[in-house]
Parts: sequence; structure tokens; C-alpha cells
Amino acid sequence: MTAPALDGERLLADSIAGKFPDAHGRFGPFGGRYVPETLIPALEGLEEGIRKHLHASDFQTEYQAQLKTWVGRPTALTYAARLSERWGAKVWLKREDLAHTGAHKINNAIGQALLAKRLGAKRIVAETGAGQHGVASAAACARLGLPCTVYMGAVDMERQAPNVGRMQLLGATVVPVTTGDRTLRAAIDEALRAWVADPLDTYYLIGSAVGPHPYPYLVRELQAVIGREARAQMLDDAGGLPDVLIACVGGGSNSIGAFHAFVPDKSVTIIGIEAGGRGKGLGDNAATLSYGSPGVLQGSFSMLLQDQDGQVQETHSVSAGLDYPGVGPEHALLLAAGRVRYQTASDEEALEAVKACSEYEGILPALESAHALIGAKQWAARHPGQRILVCLSGRGDKDMPTLQTTLLAGAQ
Amino acid sequence: MKPRDRISEALRVAGRGGEPALVAFLTAGYPSKSQFREHLQSVAAGADVVEIGVPFTDPMADGVTIQRSSQAALAQGVSLRWILAELEAMPRLDAPLLLMSYLNPLLAYGLDRLADAAARAHVAGFIVPDLPYDESSDLRKALDAHGIAMVQMVTPVTKPERMKQLCDNTQGFVYAVTMTGTTGKNVAVPNEVIAYLDRVRALAKVPVCAGFGIRSREQVERLRGHVDGVVVGSALVEVLERGGNPTEWLGALRGSARTKDSAREKG
Repeated sequence: MTAPALDGERLLADSIAGKFPDAHGRFGPFGGRYVPETLIPALEGLEEGIRKHLHASDFQTEYQAQLKTWVGRPTALTYAARLSERWGAKVWLKREDLAHTGAHKINNAIGQALLAKRLGAKRIVAETGAGQHGVASAAACARLGLPCTVYMGAVDMERQAPNVGRMQLLGATVVPVTTGDRTLRAAIDEALRAWVADPLDTYYLIGSAVGPHPYPYLVRELQAVIGREARAQMLDDAGGLPDVLIACVGGGSNSIGAFHAFVPDKSVTIIGIEAGGRGKGLGDNAATLSYGSPGVLQGSFSMLLQDQDGQVQETHSVSAGLDYPGVGPEHALLLAAGRVRYQTASDEEALEAVKACSEYEGILPALESAHALIGAKQWAARHPGQRILVCLSGRGDKDMPTLQTTLLAGAQ
Repeated sequence: MKPRDRISEALRVAGRGGEPALVAFLTAGYPSKSQFREHLQSVAAGADVVEIGVPFTDPMADGVTIQRSSQAALAQGVSLRWILAELEAMPRLDAPLLLMSYLNPLLAYGLDRLADAAARAHVAGFIVPDLPYDESSDLRKALDAHGIAMVQMVTPVTKPERMKQLCDNTQGFVYAVTMTGTTGKNVAVPNEVIAYLDRVRALAKVPVCAGFGIRSREQVERLRGHVDGVVVGSALVEVLERGGNPTEWLGALRGSARTKDSAREKG
């Protein structure tokens, strides 16, 4: 399974033609289903449930109603006038920070919770890194009356403390994960173990476009609303498509959701920004597509930060939501197909973007989303005057503990 | 005899008297990398088949004991390369050896190279807990060239049609997971599990071994007549962890009067 010589043009054509995931749950060579046998019936049941419900009109009616009246969609498209002036380009922000619970995660959480209910699930388990998916899952479960347990790394519980309290208020049980790297990856491992223990009555509400088939597909379908709305808003309100679309990539759910509708638009350059952390060294970043190699982690064959023995590496990012050594298989495909460029922004740059966006636009962005803003700034410097669309995936209130010890440390 | 047939044969011979054969698991290089050979030999002296765990950073099917042993082994620099080199350098043991590894370390090693190196290291089979049968053709093909077994797991929630497919295609033995959950929890063996094991055994053409959560003589007695062997993992890792004698512990699991050799003689 060493990466075969890939025909990028063919992969892109197949992707645009809607051939992925194929019958084996693959996006070209990536994806698949690498799980313990105990989970196979649950994944087959989920696949069947998706086929039956996801695009059925009664499910869609209910889902769209939740998106409109509870999530607050469509989210705004904001022209960032002062950042545009400062950076020398035209910058629009797709405001996922305005979605209920403060990030794009809710699009997926409410969709999967609705599906889980139709599949007869008795309880929900979820993992969370930054806490945004945990909060979204807790809220969706409260809304639909489902019990919810969220696994969260002990390191993340500390740096995203406000979100822990929010989850608890929303009625979820938050379980600290003290094994492994004590961040998002360990939380996913622990959520998977909880699911293995009770695969038929428990629904695993995964938070990113990662994991075994059909999750990467399901999460993309539920997040694709971001790109669909943004594309229509650019055409209707901003005079045409952007020259470039930029989103941050951790596991890759806001980005795949933003990118999906734009993949066929060949005039639009698409850029994913990964967490460059404090440098290029192994363990200093979480830039899987930029520095990783193909491998299998947590259910799918994708790109991975690993050593020569196939051991998964610990990662570093100032942003808990991007601090993950794997990435969704469809991103690995879009890289192989040459459709999306993947670059990095460092911790320091992300903090600088938090400051700039707050001061110039009156919007405190999540540290994750700030990585995408750096991509926009850099693109503007090289392509002055161009039209840039940024997916502002979430708001930054949750980052206050980190911001207190970084941006605000000198101010006091 | 092909390596994979050595596994089935060892289980059949040991189980001939009706007492389940013992498949024993240890994490390579745990609790001590320098004592790996010694630990392996003393486990092999008490067991009919030995599973050597290749440590991995993300053992999603394993409970706390094997998570801990894997992490400690990795911290001591244990790798698949090192394990294969150690096994190749050791005199071949009587008990057939299997490697139990998550998929990614195998991919990183390279599947074709892996099969060659495994054959040189006297490895008779592989168990890959995150590689379902549907995704296993590449590895299976590579191992087939050397007659090395690819063992499939079945579980209490596996559907009948798939159960048959897995029983038809497993090699060496059928690994019948006794419960949903991760490894290492002590559980009673309810009647439904016995009925499930009987179903598996009726389908299987090779021996059936029950695993996950087996740690006491009482459980082994309860399983007698329903399986050909039992797999002990976490409990044995804990024996090694506290400096106990694995040969003796495995002997006690067989019943006080029986040792591996007396089991064979009676068989």
C-alpha cells in the first residue's frame, strides 16, 4: 500500500463526477474501513442508514429546519473591509463563527444526531479537541433528548476550559482522557473503545471528516452547506466567484465542507492551511499533508505524521482543534489530484491573525480559523487586489485561556 | 507442513484430551526489552501457541493493560524491525509464533518485505485487529507466498453470512472474540456466549480459540467442550509485569495437575 503512481487528472475528474467514495469507501486510493471486527456491523448499519435517510425528503426537511431555526443558517458572508485595505486584496469571511455554539461543528453534530435517532441509538459518544465538537454534540443531544458522553484529552481540558463547563451545562458527561497524547488523537481512541464496548446501542458522533467509511463521506455531506451557501453568496452579493478559497485543515471538516462546492470551479484556487506549530521538525507541528506520509490511523488510509516504524507522532499546535496527526482521506485525494494546495501557518502567525481580525474587523476568530487568515494575508501579498474567500470556521472565546498567556500576557 | 498448518496442528494436538489449548500473548519487549527472549521462552514453555504483540501508539482494540505495555515497549525502542531480528536470531521454539500487530507498523515495514522477514523469523501467522477481511487482500497475498496464516476474528455481533465468510477464510484458527469491548476485562461467560461459540465451531474448518477477557481457570472450565483453545493476553501481561512465572501461571490455567507436556501425553 505504498502510494502508487497516481493520475491526478483522472482522480480529479472522478472526484468531480461524484465517484468518490466508491463502493469500498475509497476516495481514489484513500479511505476504506480499518476497524476491529466488532465495529463492522455498526458501520454497515450506518452506511445503510445514510443510504436510506440522508437524502430522503423527510430527513432533509427536518435537518434544514434545524439548520434554519436552531443553528441560525445561512451564516453571513462578511466583507472584511479594513483587513482588505490593510492586506491589499478583497477579503470575504464565511461566518461559521456565527453558527449556534460558535463554529461549523454544529452542522455535522445536529445532522448526525438526527440520523442516530432514526437509527434507534440509545446513547451518543463523541470526542473533542478544542471542545467545539463536544459542545456542538452536547447541544444537539440536548435538543433531541439523547444522552451524550464526550471524551476529551486532559491537555485540551485545560487549554479549552470554558468549553468543558459549557458541555456540562448542556447535560453531557465529559470524560478526561489521560492515555496517549492526552489530546484529540487519544480522545478519538477512547471514544472508539467506548463504541467497541457497545457497538449496537451506541452511536459514535465523530467530529471531523476522518475515521472509517462512511464517516468521511457523511461529515462532508453535512458540512458541504458551508461551501454551497458561500458560493451562492459570492455570486449574489459579491459579484462573482472568488479567485481563491482558503480554510484551515486539522481533521479537515470545515475545509472539506467549504471546498466541496468549489472543486469543479477551475478558476478558483483552493488552499488548505495546516498547523505549522513551531517548525518543521517531527513533533513540532500538526501539518499532516505538508509533512506526512501515507498510512492507516483510526479507521482510514490517509496521510499521517509517523516515524519510519509506522508509529504515530505526537503533534504540536497552539490550536487544539488542529492538533491531530491524521487528516481526512478526501483531503489526501485532493492533494494527490493536485486540486488543493496545502500550506502551513505557524503558532505565532496564527496569534498575529487573531489580533488583526479582532482589531480590524471586530471579530475574535478561533485560533484554528486564524490559520486560514494567515493564508489569506500571504496570498494577498503575492496577488494584490485579488478576491479572497476565507472560511472563518469558529469564534475565539474558547481560546481565552491560551490568549491570556500569549497575546494578553504582555498587556497586563 | 506450511507454517499456518503448524498452528492448527499444535492446537488440535493440545486440545485432543478435551482441555482447551492455550494461546498466550505477550507484548514484545515488555516489561523489559533486554529480557524479551527469556520471557518469550518461558511463555512458550507453558503455551501451545504464542502471540507476540507488536507495540503501536494507538491500540484502539486494547484495554488499559495492553495500552500500558505497548507504550512502555515503545519507550524502550521496541519496533517491528527489532522484533523480527530478535526472532530470527533465536533458536526456533516448539510453540508456533504469531505476530499481533495493528496495520500501520506493517505498512511502514512494507508488506512484501514483511512476509519474507516473517518467514525467516519463524513467524507462522498474523493477527491484525484493525484489518477487516475486506481490506486484507494485499497482506494475505504477501503472506500466502510463505504459507503464513492470516487469522480472522469473529465477534458476538458478527452477522451470520459474514461469520461464514470469516470462518471459511481464516487460517490457523478462528479467533472468536467473546465480548464486545476492548481486551483485558474479566467477564463471566454467559450462555449466549457459549451458544455463539458453538455456532462458530460448527462453521469452522480450523480450531476455534476464544479470546478477550479470559483470565481464570473457572472461565477455561466453562469454555471446555465449546472451543479448541483460549487466548490469554492482558492477564498474562500482568503476570510478567509483577515478575511472576508465566510457565507456572499458564500451568495453573490448565488445571493444577496438568502441564503442557502432560496435556500432550494424555492427548
